[in-house]
Amino acid sequence: MFTPAPLLALSSSTIGVSISLGLVGLGMVWMLIRSLRARDVDRRIVFLFIFISVSAPILFPITFSETPTPVVKKLFDKVESLPADSKVLISFDFDPAMAPEVQPMADAFTRHCMAKNHKVIFMSLWATGQSLLNQTMRAVLVTEFPEKRDGIDYVELGYKAGNEGVLNVIVSNFRKMFPTDVNSIPLDSIEIFDKIKSCRDLDLIISIGGGKPGIKEWVLFVGDPTKTPIGAGVAAVVAPQLYPYYPKQLLGLLGGVKGAAEYESELVRHYPQFEEVDKPGLRMMGPQTFAHVVILAFIVLGNISFFVSRRRASR
Amino acid sequence: MKRQVALLITLFIGTLLVVSVFIPPMESLKETFTLFFDIIAVFAFFLGGGNLLRVHLTKLSKRKQDWVYSIVTLVGFTVVLVIGLFKLGNPGGIAASPTAEGSLFQTLFDNVLVPLSSTMYALLAFFVASASYRAFRAKNREATILLIAAFIILLGRTPFGMMLTSWVPNSLSILQIPNLAIWIMNSANLAGQRAIMIGIGLGVVSMSIRIILGIERTYLGEEK
Amino acid sequence: MDDQLYRQPVFRVFQIFLIIFTVLAGSIFAQDPAIGLTDSADVFVPAPPGAVKATDVVYDQGGAVDLEWELSPDDDGSLKVSGYYICRREVGGEDYRLVDSVMAGVRTFVDETVEQDHTYQYMVAVNGDCSTAPSEESNSITPDMEWLNFGLSNLFIIGLVICGSVIYFIAHAKRGKKFFIRKIAGLEAVDEAIGRATEMGRPILFVPGILDMDDVQTIAALTILGRVSRVVADYDTKINVPVSRSLVMTAARETIKSSYMAAGRPDAYSDDMAAYITDEQFGYVAAVDGMMVREKPATCFLLGAFFAESLILAETGNSIGAIQIAGTARPAQLPFFVAACDFTLIGEELFAASAYLSGEPKQMGSLKGQDVGKAIAMVFIVLGVITTTLAQAWDIGVFTWISDLLHDLFQVTS
Repeated sequence: MFTPAPLLALSSSTIGVSISLGLVGLGMVWMLIRSLRARDVDRRIVFLFIFISVSAPILFPITFSETPTPVVKKLFDKVESLPADSKVLISFDFDPAMAPEVQPMADAFTRHCMAKNHKVIFMSLWATGQSLLNQTMRAVLVTEFPEKRDGIDYVELGYKAGNEGVLNVIVSNFRKMFPTDVNSIPLDSIEIFDKIKSCRDLDLIISIGGGKPGIKEWVLFVGDPTKTPIGAGVAAVVAPQLYPYYPKQLLGLLGGVKGAAEYESELVRHYPQFEEVDKPGLRMMGPQTFAHVVILAFIVLGNISFFVSRRRASR
Repeated sequence: MKRQVALLITLFIGTLLVVSVFIPPMESLKETFTLFFDIIAVFAFFLGGGNLLRVHLTKLSKRKQDWVYSIVTLVGFTVVLVIGLFKLGNPGGIAASPTAEGSLFQTLFDNVLVPLSSTMYALLAFFVASASYRAFRAKNREATILLIAAFIILLGRTPFGMMLTSWVPNSLSILQIPNLAIWIMNSANLAGQRAIMIGIGLGVVSMSIRIILGIERTYLGEEK
Repeated sequence: MDDQLYRQPVFRVFQIFLIIFTVLAGSIFAQDPAIGLTDSADVFVPAPPGAVKATDVVYDQGGAVDLEWELSPDDDGSLKVSGYYICRREVGGEDYRLVDSVMAGVRTFVDETVEQDHTYQYMVAVNGDCSTAPSEESNSITPDMEWLNFGLSNLFIIGLVICGSVIYFIAHAKRGKKFFIRKIAGLEAVDEAIGRATEMGRPILFVPGILDMDDVQTIAALTILGRVSRVVADYDTKINVPVSRSLVMTAARETIKSSYMAAGRPDAYSDDMAAYITDEQFGYVAAVDGMMVREKPATCFLLGAFFAESLILAETGNSIGAIQIAGTARPAQLPFFVAACDFTLIGEELFAASAYLSGEPKQMGSLKGQDVGKAIAMVFIVLGVITTTLAQAWDIGVFTWISDLLHDLFQVTS
């Protein structure tokens, strides 16, 4: 299934990372000695280790190349295989709390669609999604694709209250729910919407978020009735609940920072011009990887302490 | 008498809403009652907000322990309420949306509330570590299985997971750690979640029948 | 129009201009009628679509008609057909009028602008208005409202069976029959946990989740609060119930007050026991965490609907050495509670808690009825797994039939 990629693409911050790793390693040795003496470690020490293991890769960036899992690759391949001028809708259904995990996905999808010259429709079912949508537009569209034109290459419909009620309407008629875009331009005057009447006329829908309303509502109210392909980008804690929908109802699924990192990695592989662009997903995999390894080490040390104390008690 | 009226209302509305699922002309009742609830909840906010003010003003006036923090609460509450209500610092004036681009309300939201919420959310990273250190111990068979599954999932979410099992041939690719992690989430974990959800669904039905029929009345307060 | 207007010079000039224009246009047109008109021989008119069929949308409120038609033979992706125009008329009334349009390649449409008990006919035209290559007229259709949604009959039957068994066992219990209910460790520990707090002279913290009264988990939490506060009143321990919603605050106060009055301790009750904090999720968590760290409750009850804050609350409670009893019906949060709390009520145990704690036969009977539903689910899951596996592995007809039957039986389409 996978083709393993080279593991490490070390940056010039190796020294900083090495020192941090050394500190953590020494600390682990100390913890091991304590564990062998059947003594548990104060939680504040645990917090300190997590702090070091998360902050070191942030201060001294280290990135790992990622190999996309099939569930991510399918979504990437779909966006890649759609011909130019395909109509893609991206819905920002999340709040600032979820943004660190899912905004990188939103940026990556936008970047990919613009690179493929798809026509992108931006909208949001969450009130807080509107400002996050604007952040992506500023960070990606305006900065990296200044030649793209509002109304011709992309359009922002903005936020609409009503949760699944919005979906119930746009599944048959966009204009009934969004008579104008966010700049009050009638949809009938927008070139992208010349051939779009409802969600049935879209080539792909991507919902980013994980709360309610979110992916489940998009699948239930739009994907199932219209058979329009739907992809999702969600926070890691929500992803397991959505696996049942894959692959029949969900084309692909990005789960958490790892999913974002895999997508960014695949994007760079296909479009080397994005090598220098900020990739927060890949950037956050450094701290996530180190934190996970440290947590694994804690689990091992905790069990050592447990077994040693149990053996002593049985004597 | 008060309880009897409440129980009758519960019986009537509860039965009506269950029946409305099967009667098409009554399908919109659910949305209507949801709207009623939202309106009542909005009015109830005055109670909550008023209570908040009362508690902290009392604390402040009587100089109870940690009264200084009550000042922070009261100032924050009042400032945001006034700015939002009267659209202070809003480029569109009093008729504009409180969250209009460039408004003081939105600035406070973006620069105070969002970082604070993110900070609290970030605490999870530390707590996951301390909970894992304490909880994932092989005390018995089930705990050992949990421990192994946690190991695989944690490793599978890092590049090391692939590195450790890249030598596994493709015919046995399910044994590669990332694939194993996905299988655990897709199959084992999902089966457990679905079983719990079936139980929850039945529990909700049972509880709802008890409430609708008035057998369960504790939420109204105990009978004297 | 006023005579005065006719006499205005401007109007006179306009009249003259109109006459001249009409004469000129007519003369030019007479010479070459083709000017200004497109030669019909130059315009390609696609073949009309065929076999338009109109059916009433079932189980609606009589306001929708389903249309289906065969695509025009010229709709082959070569853009000869740009779209289909749905035209409708009321039988015995006006001419066909345009209702809506769909893209090429689409052969269905739901008309949701009809009225009940009016009879309509449809035509589908291509590339223009209702007069350009229209199809033949469809059948007449009168949208109707159905009073009963027979599409949900399987849901009705399943619901009837489960609700019926709950009611049956409640009635059975009323007649004095005792049922065996397994011990739920978390609920057995409630009295002990409250006793611990009393001995240590520290308060009890009860968090009823962060959703409002319209969530059944919050109601379940409040029913448990009623029982817990009755014991708290008896033991004369302090209880704090910080809430995230105003309505929950009101309901919690009523619940606690009634419990104190039932225990004969109305003097010990105070409205401050249930205090509203904030609706904002992490603001609420920060406040509750602060309460935990400052007041150091000996016992924490975390019962109700929780989201990302579940682990924050549980770990903070653990750090202060409190005994923690948690319960939620959100499967995603259960692992955090299991890892960090002493006792966890998993899923349905939260809803059973009130019945369990009360010990009343009527309530215990409802738990038994719940088990009937579980037994039905288990039987059909095993049956479905076996038949579907055999059907897919060996394609044996009878197993395929059973598998399809089970699939249809438990499929709910509204």
